[in-house]
Amino acid sequence: MNKKILAFLLAAVMMVSTAACSSSEPAASEASSEAPASSEAASEEASSEAASSEAADGEAAGGGLFAPVAKEDLKVGVIHITDPAEGSGYTYTHDLGIVGMQENLGLSDDQIIRKINVDDTDATAIETAMLECIEEGCQIIFATSWGYMDTCEALAAEYPEVIFSHGTGYKSNGTNFNNYFGRIYQSRYLSGIAAGLKTKTNKIGYVGAQNSDNAEVTGGCNAFAMGVASVNPDAEVYIKVTGSWFSPEGEKQAAEALIAEGCDVIGQHCDTANPALAAEENGVWSVGYNSDMALKAPKSVLTSTMWDWSVYYTKATQSVIDGTWDGSNYFGDMNDGLVVLAPLTELCEEGTAEKVEEAKAKILSGEWDVFTGPIEDNEGNVILAEGETLSDADITGNIHWYYKNVVVK
Amino acid sequence: MDMFIKFLVAAVLAGTPLLFGTVGEILSEKVGHLNLGVEGMMSIGACSGFMAGYFSDSFAFALIAAALGGALGALIYAFLTVTLMANQNVTGLTLTIFGIGLSNFIGVYALGFSETGTLKLPDGITAHMRNIHIPGLSDLPVVGELLFSYNPFVYLGILIAIIMGLYLGRTQTGLNVQSIGENPAAADAAGIRVIFWKYFNILLGGAICGIGGAYCSMIINRGVWISNNVGGLGWIAVALVIFAGWKPVNAIGGSFVFGALRVLKYYMPKSVIDLPVAFYDMLPFLITALVLVISSMRKSRGIGLPAALGLNYYREER
Repeated sequence: MNKKILAFLLAAVMMVSTAACSSSEPAASEASSEAPASSEAASEEASSEAASSEAADGEAAGGGLFAPVAKEDLKVGVIHITDPAEGSGYTYTHDLGIVGMQENLGLSDDQIIRKINVDDTDATAIETAMLECIEEGCQIIFATSWGYMDTCEALAAEYPEVIFSHGTGYKSNGTNFNNYFGRIYQSRYLSGIAAGLKTKTNKIGYVGAQNSDNAEVTGGCNAFAMGVASVNPDAEVYIKVTGSWFSPEGEKQAAEALIAEGCDVIGQHCDTANPALAAEENGVWSVGYNSDMALKAPKSVLTSTMWDWSVYYTKATQSVIDGTWDGSNYFGDMNDGLVVLAPLTELCEEGTAEKVEEAKAKILSGEWDVFTGPIEDNEGNVILAEGETLSDADITGNIHWYYKNVVVK
Repeated sequence: MDMFIKFLVAAVLAGTPLLFGTVGEILSEKVGHLNLGVEGMMSIGACSGFMAGYFSDSFAFALIAAALGGALGALIYAFLTVTLMANQNVTGLTLTIFGIGLSNFIGVYALGFSETGTLKLPDGITAHMRNIHIPGLSDLPVVGELLFSYNPFVYLGILIAIIMGLYLGRTQTGLNVQSIGENPAAADAAGIRVIFWKYFNILLGGAICGIGGAYCSMIINRGVWISNNVGGLGWIAVALVIFAGWKPVNAIGGSFVFGALRVLKYYMPKSVIDLPVAFYDMLPFLITALVLVISSMRKSRGIGLPAALGLNYYREER
């Protein structure tokens, strides 16, 4: 009986305390609901001021929108969706980029403020993480996941003196909120060459995280398929979609289903190495993504499509130090070194290196890029005529078709 | 036809981790304890099994460690809900959060020692994870592939489910244990050691969940460590308990059906039916809801829902 009384007492205490909380809440929330409106107005003023001051003494400030920051005073915030220590996927490669930037610029460890495991669907968690960064004095915050976009936009208006740099996505405001991404499709095209030369069954699998609503995954698959077609016009690329960026089991199952259908090379646009491992288990080949997956599946990986984010992080942070930050968006490519193809492994067919080098030279020279016509989709529609190219906006946001040799499975 | 056989094989493989989770949860629910910590216990098992295998190079040791890890997670739950009589739902949810967090923490810590940024199980263990091959039987057309060519976990899971089915339904102890889930006060009056058997079943259930976790880190992820490696399978197992009608042997079929539903999206030809992936992800839960509706309409006595499920037993109140 004693336990029941105790439990009742506890419950009573909790009720009283929640009641106390709720009575004080409305006032606070009213105050906070007013705050954004006023700060929005303030930020509009501030941004127009910034714009006019740029016009007036732009050159004096090094051409940037913000005053230079002494290197010792600089603080950089980073918002990660998972833990960088997971060792292979998306967050890991971003954090390698941060560490690379830190080394390039000689920043000390306490100048980097990391917020990890910030769920990108939880607006409150994102805002809290970013406000903590601002509290600690960060001049620039790198937000690495797509879902951070709207919070960046809102906070950029509220805190005009802090720079929000958002990876992937498509929003920006031209001053303290920009967008960065890269032409990863260039590297995918090259990896497609390795796959196209390797296949014996002329069926190549591709494990995609999202369906054709997502231009990033779809465009990446198309670039891969174009690389395949450039060396092996008979081969088809079978794509299966897991519907999730991170789904260890689903990625393995999708790869196994592709192998069951006769695919003998498995490409991927998802987070774990499970497609490459499934390929290894079944004695077929694979192309990795994010990090060099030959470390995990040495018996299957031909090459991997990789990011080197340190290129952008170094450039952006340097511009904050120098006071040259101009708020422009960044879309890096192979020339910048942001987009990389991992070394070809010994498993590649003979002659792969030459073909890859040839295509790479064409891309690096700038005279040709992957999304250059003629391009036809798999329903027979002409997307681009001979010589036409896709604009960057179309590449990042409007690829909802599959290249002619892609089969949705 | 060939694709259909491959689909069935994939369904069995996808169902196996669910089978462990479900049988473990049934054991716990049969003594009246709804343990929502399946995901957490599986995570702890995945981690302890993986790490034991990584450092000892022994498959058997890895399995034992996975079972112990799961049982340890269950011990926390049992202590809180049986002895301290804490709320079962809250404790189970907490165990899930704790288990995933602990497993990721240990994994990330161990990754720190790896030079390549990768933790991969040694070949000595990987050899045990391959599909078995029985000369003659495994070579039979169709049947060989469907029945005699899985990895050892599949057979272990079926064996455990059958043994647990016999234990609960065919032994004196099992019937006593079931009576605890129906009416602990009556069981207590009949001289059954309620607290002991509650602990026993919850811990045994945790151990089985732990082995299911080892399936995730060893088979699904092919012995390469990643964070969050159970990936929500534990939650599906909780739903599957209802689908299986609280019977371990039914769980075998149930988990393979759920496995089939989970891989269906990869094997259904788009030319036949073109549905969004999200639709397939919904199917297992839709079917669980249907089973609940149908079984409650039939009002059958055979549902198997323990009457005292979710209620803590206060002996003093008898």
